[in-house]
Amino acid sequence: MNAEPRLVEVRKNVLKQNDVTARALRGRFRDAGVLAVSLVSSPGSGKTAFLEKTLTLLYSRYRVAALVGDLATENDAARLARSQVPVKQIVTGTVCHLDAAMVQHALEGWDLNTLDILFIENVGNLVCPSSYDLGEDLRLVLLSVTEGEDKPLKYPTIFNSADVAVITKIDLAAAVEFDEAAAKRNIQAVRPGMEVFKTSAKTGEGMAEYLEFIERRRVHSRAAAAV
Amino acid sequence: MHELSIAMSIVEMAQEEAERRGGVQVQIVHLRLGRLSGVVKEALLSSYEMACASTLLEGSQLMIEEVPVEVFCPRCEAPRLVRSIQWFRCPECDTPTSTVIRGKELEVVALEIKE
Repeated sequence: MNAEPRLVEVRKNVLKQNDVTARALRGRFRDAGVLAVSLVSSPGSGKTAFLEKTLTLLYSRYRVAALVGDLATENDAARLARSQVPVKQIVTGTVCHLDAAMVQHALEGWDLNTLDILFIENVGNLVCPSSYDLGEDLRLVLLSVTEGEDKPLKYPTIFNSADVAVITKIDLAAAVEFDEAAAKRNIQAVRPGMEVFKTSAKTGEGMAEYLEFIERRRVHSRAAAAV
Repeated sequence: MHELSIAMSIVEMAQEEAERRGGVQVQIVHLRLGRLSGVVKEALLSSYEMACASTLLEGSQLMIEEVPVEVFCPRCEAPRLVRSIQWFRCPECDTPTSTVIRGKELEVVALEIKE
């Protein structure tokens, strides 16, 4: 018997299970021609108001639905249900992020073929969600003007993992002396080339440009599904 | 704080590997951790001890090798290490790039076992 410690190679991705589930979800979205869009931000950045506005504006033209993650309450789903689209709450309990299995579970019983665009609102958190692929086609990171321009530098990992940045509450920009140029510079520092939209869910400012972008991406998803 | 659930996954993986090898004792788990993985080294280390309690891994050690962020510079046509994760530019020619080659790793690479 050999008493000396021995090194054995393993080489296993710790989040392999999540990645496998996310890949399966991505395949299902693609096959059904659904554009899956996730939203991440810190708590209080206006994620739910932004999503509510998005759903209301898309509702007449597209079959949209939303999954919303929250630690403890179902308030967000109740709010979003006012937009009349199918909404399901994912209460994560003590878990600070959504993972692919939670999304998969929440989608049970939903026929993806009846949808055009699915929004997935993550738990308000700029740290943990960055590690978990949810199978989404697009990840939006939201930054409200009240949070300060340096958020991207403080949380570079989540900004780097996102595809698009959305500046929210732009109607408050003057009141809080928001430095838009600095915010954009910081976003580009951590994720060069990232598209940035500025919006106000309250006044509707900038929503059209952002929705045009979403619609363009949806056309791409449809084209990919048809191949 | 998702480090605890990550630590629990690591312990589970190591335990499965140990059982597969006939219940060997794991002394050290070697992990590669990218600077862009979204996981904080210090938090993971303290979570690891908690995750090991009352398992086959109790008393084992987690050794973390941090992986720097490497990007591909389109102008130099070469891989480059970024100076900081707040500055995604080529350190040689200052060209912005977001093509990440490595730095997102969260991988158990090896175990030190005693038979």
